[in-house]
Amino acid sequence: MRHHLILRVITKLLVGPIMLFALYVQFHGDYSPGGGFQAGVIMAVAFIIYGVVFSLDHVQRVLPPWLAHKLSALGVLIYAGTGVYSLLTGYAYLDYAALSPDHPVHGQHYGILLVELGVGVTVTGVMVTIYYAFTSRTPIMSDEAW
Amino acid sequence: MTEFTQEFVVGHINYWLFIVLMMTGLYIVVAKGNLVKKIVGLNIFQTAVFMLYISMGKISGGTAPVFPIDMNIDPDVAYSNPLPHVLILTAIVVGVATTSLALALVIRIREEYGTIEEEGVLAADRSIARVEEKEHGEVMGGPV
Amino acid sequence: MSAETLQHTALTLNDQLPALQILVTFIAAPLVVMFGSLRLAWPITFAASAISFVIALMLLSQVIDGSVISYHMGGWAPPLGIEYRVDAANAFVLVLVTAISTLVLPYARVSVAAEVQKKHHTLFYTAFLLCLTGLLGVTITGDAFNVFVFLEISSLSTYVLIAQGANRDRRALTAAYDYLIMGTIGATFFVIGLGFLYMATGTLNMADISDRIADQGANRTVRMAIAFIVVGIGLKAAMYPLHLWLPNAYTYAPSAITAFLAATATKVAIYVLLRFLFSVFQPTLLMEYYSLRFVILPFAILAMFLASYIAIFQTDLKRMLAYSSVAQIGYILLGISFLTETGLTAAIVHLFNHGITKAALFMAVGAYVLRANGSFYDEIEGLGRRMPWTSAAVVIGGLSLIGVPGTAGFVSKWLLVQGALEKGWWPVALLIVASSLLAVIYVWRVVEVLYMKPTPADSVVREAPVSMLIPIWIAALACIWFGLNTDMTLNAAKAAAQGLLAGSAGMMN
Repeated sequence: MRHHLILRVITKLLVGPIMLFALYVQFHGDYSPGGGFQAGVIMAVAFIIYGVVFSLDHVQRVLPPWLAHKLSALGVLIYAGTGVYSLLTGYAYLDYAALSPDHPVHGQHYGILLVELGVGVTVTGVMVTIYYAFTSRTPIMSDEAW
Repeated sequence: MTEFTQEFVVGHINYWLFIVLMMTGLYIVVAKGNLVKKIVGLNIFQTAVFMLYISMGKISGGTAPVFPIDMNIDPDVAYSNPLPHVLILTAIVVGVATTSLALALVIRIREEYGTIEEEGVLAADRSIARVEEKEHGEVMGGPV
Repeated sequence: MSAETLQHTALTLNDQLPALQILVTFIAAPLVVMFGSLRLAWPITFAASAISFVIALMLLSQVIDGSVISYHMGGWAPPLGIEYRVDAANAFVLVLVTAISTLVLPYARVSVAAEVQKKHHTLFYTAFLLCLTGLLGVTITGDAFNVFVFLEISSLSTYVLIAQGANRDRRALTAAYDYLIMGTIGATFFVIGLGFLYMATGTLNMADISDRIADQGANRTVRMAIAFIVVGIGLKAAMYPLHLWLPNAYTYAPSAITAFLAATATKVAIYVLLRFLFSVFQPTLLMEYYSLRFVILPFAILAMFLASYIAIFQTDLKRMLAYSSVAQIGYILLGISFLTETGLTAAIVHLFNHGITKAALFMAVGAYVLRANGSFYDEIEGLGRRMPWTSAAVVIGGLSLIGVPGTAGFVSKWLLVQGALEKGWWPVALLIVASSLLAVIYVWRVVEVLYMKPTPADSVVREAPVSMLIPIWIAALACIWFGLNTDMTLNAAKAAAQGLLAGSAGMMN
C-alpha cells in the first residue's frame, strides 16, 4: 500500500474538487457552456480516477455496480418524468411551460434544469458502468506487477 | 465543370479534410485485420462526419450564438449556426455508445476465441462450420 | 421579457397518442432496470408492448382516411421543433411492429429462458424495449435527424440482443460485431446524407425539406444526399448487395429475437427508404429517380434469384429462412422500383405479409431449437409427427412464402405481378413467378425433412409448450386470414401508397 504515494495523495485531493466542478457544470448548463452530458462525464471521471489509482474494490465500495445501473435508469426516468408531467397537465410532451403555467419563461428554466439533471445522472451511471464492465473483465493487478 | 482554381481548393478545405478523414477511416475498417483497429477506423470515419457538420455551422466572423443579456441584438453581428453543433453532440454520444459496445463485443470475442485478429476468428468459425457440415451431412454443395 | 400568460388549451389523451406511442416503451425500459426483478421484467415488457399495440391501432384508425396527425414535441411548432407525423404509411408500419412484438413476447418467455443466461434476463428485456422504442421512433418521427437518433437506439440494442445468442453459439459474437461495423457505416452514411440535405435546404423537418427542394429544384448537393441516404438505409434494410450481415445475425441470434427482427427491423428500414424516396425527394422532380430505378430494379431481381438459390442449399432451417428474407426484401424493393400506385401498394402489403409470415416461421424454428436442440435438417428429421402443431405452422408459413393462393404471400405477389403487367414489363412478371418456383424448392426441402423422413427411434422430442404454440399459430392463422380477407391490408396499403405518391410538397401550410 506504500506505492505511488504521490498519486494517491493527489487523487484524494482531486476527487472532491472534480465532483464539485461537475456539479458546477451541471447547474450552470442553462447559462454557460456545459450541461448534463459534460457534467455526467466529469462526475464519472471522479469515480474512475479513484478506481484507477486505488482499486476496483475500493471504488465499488463507494458506488456498487448495482447502484450505477440504477442511476443510469433513474436519470432516464427523471428525463421522461419531466415530459410525462407536462403531458399529464395537458401540454405537449416536454413542453416546459407546464412547469410554470403563469410564467412560461421560468418554466423553461425549471424544465432545462430537470432534464439536464436526468441526463447528468444517466451519463454518470453509464460511464461508471462501462468502466466497471471493462475493468472487471481482467484480473486485478497486484501491487508487485507495476 | 468546376475549375480547380486555388480559390476553389483553399475555399473548400473543410471538405477536403472530410474526404481524407472519411476515406482513411473506411480504409482502416476494411483493410485492418485487428478487431480493435477496425473500431479505431470506425471512429475516425465518424469523426470525419462530425467535422463536416461542425464546419458547416461556421460562419466567417461569426460569434457564439448567445444573445446579450439585455437583448439589444446588434443586427451587424453574425452568429454561427448552433444547430449542426447540437446535432453532432448527439452523434458524438451515439459514437461513444457504439465504441463501448464494440469494445465490449471484442472483449467477449477474445474470451471465446482467444484472439482478436480477424483471420484467427474467421479460421475458428470456418472450422466449426466444417465440423457442422460433416456432422449434419446431406451436403448438396453450395456456399456455407 | 414580460411575464405574459399564454392562452393554452389542454391537450386530450387522444392528442397525446403520437407521443405515448414512443413513451410507453421508452419509460418501461428504465423501469425494468429500476425494479431489477426477474419476475417483473417480462410482465412490464409485455404490458408496455400491448399498450403500444392498442395505441398504434387507434392511430391507424384515425389516419386511414388519408388525414395526417402532427404532434409538436415540447410545444415547438415545426419546422423549428421536432414534429411527430402520423399518416397512413407509418401508422401501418407502427401496427406491424407493435403487433409482432406483442406476439413474440409471450413466445419469448419460454424461448429466452432456454436460450439466454438467467442473470441477463432483466437487461435483455430492457434492450428489447429500447429496440422497440427505436423502431417505433424511426417510424413515427417527421424530423430527419430524429430518424438517425432512433435508428441508432434500435441498432445498438439490436447488436446487444444478437450477441446474447453467444450462450448457445459463440458465433453470435462475431455476427453481432460484423453487424455493428456495417450498421454503423450505414448509419454514418445516412448522417452524411442528412448533412448534405441540411446544407442544401437549411432545415431538418422532412416536409419542409421536401418543400424547399420543390422550390429550388435539385442540385448536386441534393443528389449526393440521395446517394448517401439510399446506401446507408440500404445497409440497414439488407438491400441485396449490402445484405452480408443478415444471414449470420439471424442465424445466431436468440430465436425470439430473430423472429422479432426479421419481421420488423428490415421493414422499418424499408419504410424509411420509402419515406425519403417519396416524401422527401419527389420522384417526379428528380431525374435521378429514373436512374435510381435502374439500380434498385436489377438488384431486387438479383436478390430474388441469388438469395433464393443460396437458400436452397442450406442445411440449417434458420439460415435458410435468413437467406429467404433477403430474397423477400428483393420483392419489396421491386414493388418500390415500379414507382406506380399498384407497385407501391404491393411493396407495402408485402412488407406486412412477409412480416407475419417470417414471424411464424422463425418462431417455429425457435420451438425446434427448444425441443430438438437445433434447427439443422438432420436434427428436425421426421418431427412432423412428434411436433405436429409446430410443423403444420411451418407448412402454412412456407406456403405463404411461396405465394400459394389463399395465403398472405399470394396477395402481395399477385399485386406485384399486376403492377409489372400494368407497366407492360411482362418479363419482370415472369421473373417474379420464376423466382417463386425457387421458393417452392426450398420450402419443399423443409416439408420433406419434416414429414417424409423417418423419426429417429431414440427421439424423445415432445410438442412445444402451449405458450409458444399460441403465438406461432396466431401468426400462421394471420397468414391465412390476410390471404382470404384482404380488405384491411389492401385499404391501408393503398392509402399509404397514395399518401406517399402524393408527396408532402405544400403540406406545410
